[in-house]
This record gives sequence, structure tokens and C-alpha cells, in this order.
Amino acid sequence: MLEAYLNLFIKAVFVENIALAFFLGMCTFIAVSKKVSTAFGLGIAVIVVQGITVPINNLVYRHLLKEEALAFLGLGQTDLTFIGLISYIGVIAASVQILEMFLDKFVPSLYNALGIFLPLITVNCAILGGSLFMVERDYGFGESVVYGLGSGIGWALAIVALAGIREKMRYSDVPMGLRGLGITFMTVGLMAMAFMAFSGIQL
Amino acid sequence: MGKSREALLGPIFNQNPIALQILGICSALAVTSKLETAVTMCFAVIFVTAFSGASVSLIRKHIPSSIRIIVQMTIIASLVIVVDQFLKAYAFDMSKQLSVFVGLIITNCIVMGRAEAFAMKEGVGLSFLDGVGNGLGYSIILLFVGVIRELFGSGQLFGQDILAMASEGGWYVPNGLLLLPPSAFFIIGGFIWILRSFKTDQVEEEG
Repeated sequence: MLEAYLNLFIKAVFVENIALAFFLGMCTFIAVSKKVSTAFGLGIAVIVVQGITVPINNLVYRHLLKEEALAFLGLGQTDLTFIGLISYIGVIAASVQILEMFLDKFVPSLYNALGIFLPLITVNCAILGGSLFMVERDYGFGESVVYGLGSGIGWALAIVALAGIREKMRYSDVPMGLRGLGITFMTVGLMAMAFMAFSGIQL
Repeated sequence: MGKSREALLGPIFNQNPIALQILGICSALAVTSKLETAVTMCFAVIFVTAFSGASVSLIRKHIPSSIRIIVQMTIIASLVIVVDQFLKAYAFDMSKQLSVFVGLIITNCIVMGRAEAFAMKEGVGLSFLDGVGNGLGYSIILLFVGVIRELFGSGQLFGQDILAMASEGGWYVPNGLLLLPPSAFFIIGGFIWILRSFKTDQVEEEG
């Protein structure tokens, strides 16, 4: 049991890294990776939000939307999976909002550190992608907790690594047209190739 | 006339959402290993950007600004559900191949960005054209990457053999790297390089 969870965790962090194997959350990944400190803050925010929303969406999916999930209301045949997309994005937007208010009240230091990144996370495809993969692979509740945390950590790891590389790259002489966006794409490509070395690892 | 022309054609080269504004590349990379999936994705995105622009613009005077994001999100999510259900009904294999990426159009920053930046200010017709234009700007990069990856990666276009493969007695030895996900980054990086060599005003300052 524990072994299966550990395996899933390693898989979510390294083998199926949500940023470098599925390219989710790329917009923020490239836009916010200029400095290690900001990348780190955003990474933490993604881990927290991912760890909360994937399990909640798992409950929503299994107990409200799935076929025969509403049997206790006498609606045994109802299949609501088609409104899944709108429910997941609603859950994500709502949890980010609640988390923001909670942090503002009880942990103001973390709230200030995360700053603008927290509300931006709602439109980060890595978050919605995590929930959609969870539904597609039909994870149970325990697995969804592990997968949510794992994929969040994987994304954070990738963005901190990219920010580190970009900080060093400031000293190098990049061709005119490649400066900024172009060279960042190439760097991410090389990182993605490096992460492919993890594929096939089983614990 | 000039304005609608600008709204439609501007985003394709001068203001390309992917190359210049780094918007919406999340899904641009994952669906381009085959041209067929790339084309389907293009139509889906054009449909969503065009109609979300038009719908947001239609009710822009009635949306309170404090809840505008969630209103836009709901409109976009509903349109994406329409696309998703349509694909499931009429092209089930395709919808299996695209898997979660159709759903991820919701969080594609192009759609949201245009709704927020353009449709909230301009009229219905113009927003529709702007949506189509941005969808096309996205599509042109997707198709460019898709053609290169499928043609040189497996010697085919739309599943039809174009270059005779060495493994089947032909002359072309395929470049396996292009079928792997990271190649999309190199191709887009190269595309940006070419684009900015011609349009030097897009070059970023050393930062």
C-alpha cells in the first residue's frame, strides 16, 4: 500500500513531471522564472493549491458527478460528467480565494511572500491539468492526495531549476533574436530532455 | 475597415500571442507531434476565442468589474464544454488522443487574455474578429511546429507517407528526436529567432 503511494509520488515528481513532460503551466513557467526567489514563492503556492484542489475535485468527481454517484438522491442514472470542466474550475477558483483569505488572516508573512502569485494560480494550466489527469486516470482519494502533492512538487522543482539557469545565463552572450524568450525555450527543451532520463523508473 | 483588418490580421505576425506575448503555449507543445491533432486543436481554439470574445463583449456593460474574471471564466468553460462534447460525439478517437488538452483550453491564457484585454472594451463584431485573429496566430505556430514534427519525425503528413522511410526500403532516415516532446521547444525557439531577426523591434532587452 505504502509502496504504491511512494511509486505514484516519485512518478508524479520526476517521471511524469507536469511541467517538463506534459508542458502544463508553461505561461507562468516562462514568465515568472527570471529570479530564483520569486520562482520559489510561486513554486510553494502551486504545491499548496495543487495539494488542496486535486483531492477536493476528486471528491466532487466521485461523489457528485460520476455516473450513479447521485444514487442516494434516487437519481441513479444521472451522469453529470459533462459539467466536470466547469465544476473543477469553479472549485479551483473558490479554493484559491478561500486560501487567500485564510492566509491573509492567519499567516500574513506567507501571504505577503506569495503576493500576486496566489490569484494568478487560478488560471495556471498545471492546476486544472492535475485535476483532469486525476479524473482521467480514475484515482482514489488517497492517490489523489499523493498525486496532487507530487505533481505540485515536481512543478516547483522545475521552475526553481529553470530560474537558477536563467540567473546564470545573464552572463552569457546570446544572439540578438534569441534573447529572452527564444533562449528560454531552448533551455526548457534541454531540461525536458534531461528529465526524460527518468522515464521507466519503477520502485 | 482598417480597424477590423488590424484586429483580424495583427495577431498573426505583428502581435503573435505565442511568439511575442508568451500566451497559451501550454497546449501548443503537447498536441503537435501529429498534424491531425494540431489541426483539430486549432479549430477548437479559434472557435472558443472567437465566441468568447463576442459573448463577453456582448454583455460587457452589464458585468460588474469585481466579478468579471469569474464571469469570463464561466463563459469560456461553457464554450469549451460544447467543443469537448462535440468532439466526443463526432470524433471520439480524436478526443481520446487530445485527452485533457481540450479541457485545458479553459486555462489557455490567450482566451482569457483577449477577453480581458480586448473584448471588455470593444464592440461585438470587432471582438469576434480579434478572437479569430488570435486563434489564427496560435494556429499558425501550431501548424508550423506540427508540419515539421510529423514530416521529419515520421515522414508523413496527415498520416500519408510523404518521405519514403529507410526502414521500408526508401531513402529517408527519420529524426526520432522530433517525435519526442522536447523538440517542440527547439522548434518554437527557432521560430521566435527567425521572426525576431526580421522584426527587430520585438527583440527583448538584456534583462
